[in-house]
Amino acid sequence: MSDKTFDILNKIFVSIIVLIIVYPLIFVISASISDPAAVSTGKMWLWPVDITLDGFKMVFQNKDIWMGYRNTIIYVVVGILVHLVLLLPCAYALSRPEVRWKTGILWFILFTMLFNGGMIPTYLVVKNLGMLDTMWAIVIPGALGAWSVLVARAFFQQNIPNQLVEAAKIDGASDFYIFYKIALPLSVPIIAVMALFHGVGLWNQYFSALIYLSDRNLFPLQLILREILVLNEMSTGEGVQEIAGSAGSFADQVKIAAQIKYAVMIVSTLPLIMVYPFVQRFFVQGVLIGSVKE
Amino acid sequence: MPLCTGTVQGGEVMATKNAADHALTTSRRQNFKKHFGANWQVYALLMPAITYFIIFNYIPMYGVQIAFKDYIANLGFWGSPFVGFEHFERFFDSYYFWRLLKNTLILSLYELLLFPLPIIFALALHELSYGKFKRWSQTLTYAPHFISVVVVVGMIVAFLDPITGLVNHIIEFFGGTSQNFLTDPNWFRHIFVWSGQWQSLGWGTIIYLAALAGVNPELLEAAKVDGASRLQRIMHINIPAIMPTIVVLFILNMGNFMAIGFQKVLLLQNNLNSETSDIIATFVYETGILEGQYSFSTAVGLFESAINIIVLVSANYLARKVSDNSLW
Repeated sequence: MSDKTFDILNKIFVSIIVLIIVYPLIFVISASISDPAAVSTGKMWLWPVDITLDGFKMVFQNKDIWMGYRNTIIYVVVGILVHLVLLLPCAYALSRPEVRWKTGILWFILFTMLFNGGMIPTYLVVKNLGMLDTMWAIVIPGALGAWSVLVARAFFQQNIPNQLVEAAKIDGASDFYIFYKIALPLSVPIIAVMALFHGVGLWNQYFSALIYLSDRNLFPLQLILREILVLNEMSTGEGVQEIAGSAGSFADQVKIAAQIKYAVMIVSTLPLIMVYPFVQRFFVQGVLIGSVKE
Repeated sequence: MPLCTGTVQGGEVMATKNAADHALTTSRRQNFKKHFGANWQVYALLMPAITYFIIFNYIPMYGVQIAFKDYIANLGFWGSPFVGFEHFERFFDSYYFWRLLKNTLILSLYELLLFPLPIIFALALHELSYGKFKRWSQTLTYAPHFISVVVVVGMIVAFLDPITGLVNHIIEFFGGTSQNFLTDPNWFRHIFVWSGQWQSLGWGTIIYLAALAGVNPELLEAAKVDGASRLQRIMHINIPAIMPTIVVLFILNMGNFMAIGFQKVLLLQNNLNSETSDIIATFVYETGILEGQYSFSTAVGLFESAINIIVLVSANYLARKVSDNSLW
């Protein structure tokens, strides 16, 4: 096989895989703005048919989705702050040569990567701390992982020159001051990467909310989505009920329900889709920093 | 993916050594006081994270002992009465034990079988010349990684709907009859594993692509001069070059062997497909969180972790035997 044939075959192979991966995404986008009848009968299979924004209207009239959205935004913002407050000082301190027992401290942190108490003991700890049914159950457990500490520490080691810190110390700066005024401003890239990774994780997670929260008013978006998309509990929001109810026959309601589903997928993933092209580079870098074998 | 297995660099070992030598010259205690007095702020910076790890990682590890006890809330982890292996025996003797174990193992092995797919895709992507096509292929295939598991399962549910779903429309278009995939236990594993591939195939190539970027171009050039075809160059240069990465990732995969994306299983599970979708982790969730049998479910979870550790250690041992690469 000549190199040219290989190139062509390879391009075809990659194209097929890309198409398989992209097709469901395009379908969801098209289905969310198409006439539900065309979607449910299979007339719409690639591009939108009889464009309508009813699905989105119904989604925006749903109080539960708004509430979930609001809760998720709060959890993501607070969760990122908690993550950074725990992570950055620790990673910086571990990057300093003067810190003693460093091997021990690092093993203490790494050990949590290999073993954990499992779902139930962790749940009991959270429960005994009185965190059940509070925002803290979502933002604090899981706020820090050994992997982030290692990545951030590697960054500090490579990017904060020791001479700089020593010079500041001779000038009388305290360690707190150096960390806050010198190390942090020099570490904006790693702070951004860590915040993004953690934020995406928080945005997408449903399980900790499922086990720690029972108060509906605290539910994050993903739990509301679970009801709508997976459990098929469509009649939760008043807006949906009214519109779906006025649509008449049962068959119509089923079709409209399907359209709401597609719209809701878009609405819930939209923030990530919008930032994704800009931050993809950072994510890739993050994965790679983490994989550099020390 | 955490690839760094945490050996501390030489520099630090030296630093601690120097510090230790230093301590010998003067009185050890005095030296420490002086060191701590001058550097207490650095240690203070460590404290929030250390406290966090103690509370949310080490106390739960300590709490695993309730697997051998009857946990009573107001007696705590330590004070609850000891019952030995009672919970384990109950689990091993139960009629669902073999079903849970079988389902967990089959699902894990199925996932493991597809381990080469991201490697193949990475090799193919690497062969593309730089340009828009390559960049777009990467951007588009990475995208599903960012979709939440709830939305992915929502898409599966919508696509597989027996009346309105896309997949059944396609089947009917080609003259087949529509099926209810999600309530059929025979389909559960395929749906779970292949939807996972859809989501992670592109993202899984990142590490391999980075490894491929490090292949010595002179080697490839020399092979070309010697008349090796593209395929031969891939087989004899690229694949051997990324072998260490493949082995390390394979072992890490084995480390998560039993920890299959159980949150997704939980979402895909229903009464009708539970014959194949009941796995150990979902069982722990049901008995522990929903039914409140804390000690019993902790024992079941511990059993799962034990298998996991055994698999990880054996995979590492095997890797060290057959290749020169291993985690430790």
